[in-house]
Amino acid sequence: MHETLQTQVIRNPHRQADSQLRRRWAKLRRNKAALFGGVLILIYLIIALLAPILFPGNPSAPNLMKSLERPSLEHPLGTDELGRSILGRIIYGSRVSLLIAIGVVCVGLFVGVPLGLISGYYGGKVDFGIQRATDTLLAFPGFLLALALVAVLGVGLKNTIISVGISMVPIYIRLVRGCTLSVKEQTYVEAARAMGTRDVTILIRHILPNVMAPITIQTSLGMGTAILFAAGLGFLGLGVQPPTPEWGAMLGSGRAYLFNSPHVATFPGIAIFFAVLGFNLSGDGLRDILDPRFKL
Amino acid sequence: MFQYILKRLLSTLPVLLGISLLLFFMLRMLPGDPAQVLAGQMASQEDIKNIRQQLGLDKPIFVQYGIFLSRLAKLDLGRSARTQNPVIKEVWARLPNTMLLAVAAITLACLFGIPAGIISAVRPYTWIDYLFTSMALFGISMPVFWLGLMLVVIFSIILQWLPAGGTGSWKHIVLPSFTLAAFVVAFITRITRASMIETLSQDYTTTARSKGLKERVVIIKHALKNALIPIITVVGLQFGLLLGGAVLTETVFAWPGLGRLIVDSILARDYPVIQGTILIFGLLYILVNLVVDLLYAYIDPRIRYA
Repeated sequence: MHETLQTQVIRNPHRQADSQLRRRWAKLRRNKAALFGGVLILIYLIIALLAPILFPGNPSAPNLMKSLERPSLEHPLGTDELGRSILGRIIYGSRVSLLIAIGVVCVGLFVGVPLGLISGYYGGKVDFGIQRATDTLLAFPGFLLALALVAVLGVGLKNTIISVGISMVPIYIRLVRGCTLSVKEQTYVEAARAMGTRDVTILIRHILPNVMAPITIQTSLGMGTAILFAAGLGFLGLGVQPPTPEWGAMLGSGRAYLFNSPHVATFPGIAIFFAVLGFNLSGDGLRDILDPRFKL
Repeated sequence: MFQYILKRLLSTLPVLLGISLLLFFMLRMLPGDPAQVLAGQMASQEDIKNIRQQLGLDKPIFVQYGIFLSRLAKLDLGRSARTQNPVIKEVWARLPNTMLLAVAAITLACLFGIPAGIISAVRPYTWIDYLFTSMALFGISMPVFWLGLMLVVIFSIILQWLPAGGTGSWKHIVLPSFTLAAFVVAFITRITRASMIETLSQDYTTTARSKGLKERVVIIKHALKNALIPIITVVGLQFGLLLGGAVLTETVFAWPGLGRLIVDSILARDYPVIQGTILIFGLLYILVNLVVDLLYAYIDPRIRYA
């Protein structure tokens, strides 16, 4: 009976993958925190996509007659110093923040993952060189590294994405290198090498899919960090520049009116908090499902 | 032990070299003449000429790097383009404030995070565990600068208990250190919980219990002692992260530390000070990691002899 089942699995490798997926989905459904995180992300995505419908009009158009109004029916979250609706700017700000989060993890993934794979797979001098460069970047706290890069590249949306993205690269390199070191010793990699498969093919077809779990977890957690870093830069006036609605910059400008109009700084902070919470909860949930060894 | 320290010190050399390369090329990546960039926009032709000579900008790039390294070894980072003071003087003047804030924050974070982690681990999946782990998650997700502003609204504006910013008395450090501590307490709670759960399930803990030792002794002497390595690692790493968080906290509370210095310098394009501050942050981070590694060896002799 046992042999028959094994034969079936060998004959139907897709069935094994399907059942694994189903098991993971069932686990995810049981993890309420992760589901809540997923729902939060979904809400932000919907808000970002439907922004023009949810808030018709220009969120950056000033109306000085209505500056620093408290929350009301007309402006549920009040207005800022230029009379712009805070709700409208938060809605449009979700587009900017999600764009930054996606852009940042793309930089981290496209630079960090290949370097981590190469470093772990080839070892030797290549590994030594990449790891010393990684050590240097890791010698600075991530936010400071992003700040230093902004000092060189300048402010703005594109440079925020590049700076924060580069600050994430060493994390991906270390993560992927570590996983590659263990995966490359597996029999299937050895077999592929013995069959004369090219290194690039081994890296992409055999190693990369097997290091995807920690990459997925890091990507979710990294998106939360990216939003925090970008908002931090915006708060300091070194990120996305006005009049673009960006949560951190909104908070930064609201700081000047903290005594009389604290609502200007309060609501963008809440928007940042729930977005980051969503990504952190999802990341934690994914870790529980994909890689329970790393559960904290 | 001496050999271990020597080995660990030598291992920081490539990183130090890397930081020097980063600082050297940072200036050369900027558009325009590095001498003009360093001198600032208000500088005279004479000043620019002097800087060009000092840096050897007319010489090959390797020679320029050599000059840069020799100046770095003497901690000669030039003069601030804004104040014309030596950069090192500006940086040293701010360093104690940042260190004070960071030490106060990490102490607060440990005082709350380690007991919270232990309680969570001893009573896993109970309401208190959920409370602490939820608080940890909230701490990780909260923007530190927003939390700082909200604390100002509550404690400075509404209750008027504490000053909203500046320095001068012990009251001035309360809000900034709480803000910064909230930034790292979450990581310390989580790692303490995970590490304690692991050690509490080990055979030596069961043996200690079966010997009839009091639960308090088992937890502190047997479980916590063995759980310390990952906790110390995280505390060390968080100290580095605190330096990053200090940039934002110091801005919120107008705290005159290195973080505010670097932000002001970036806004004013004062590159000598930017370089100096980045260097000091990097050195501090390396130093903290070194201390953490030495603590490992002290706590766990197996590391020393490995």
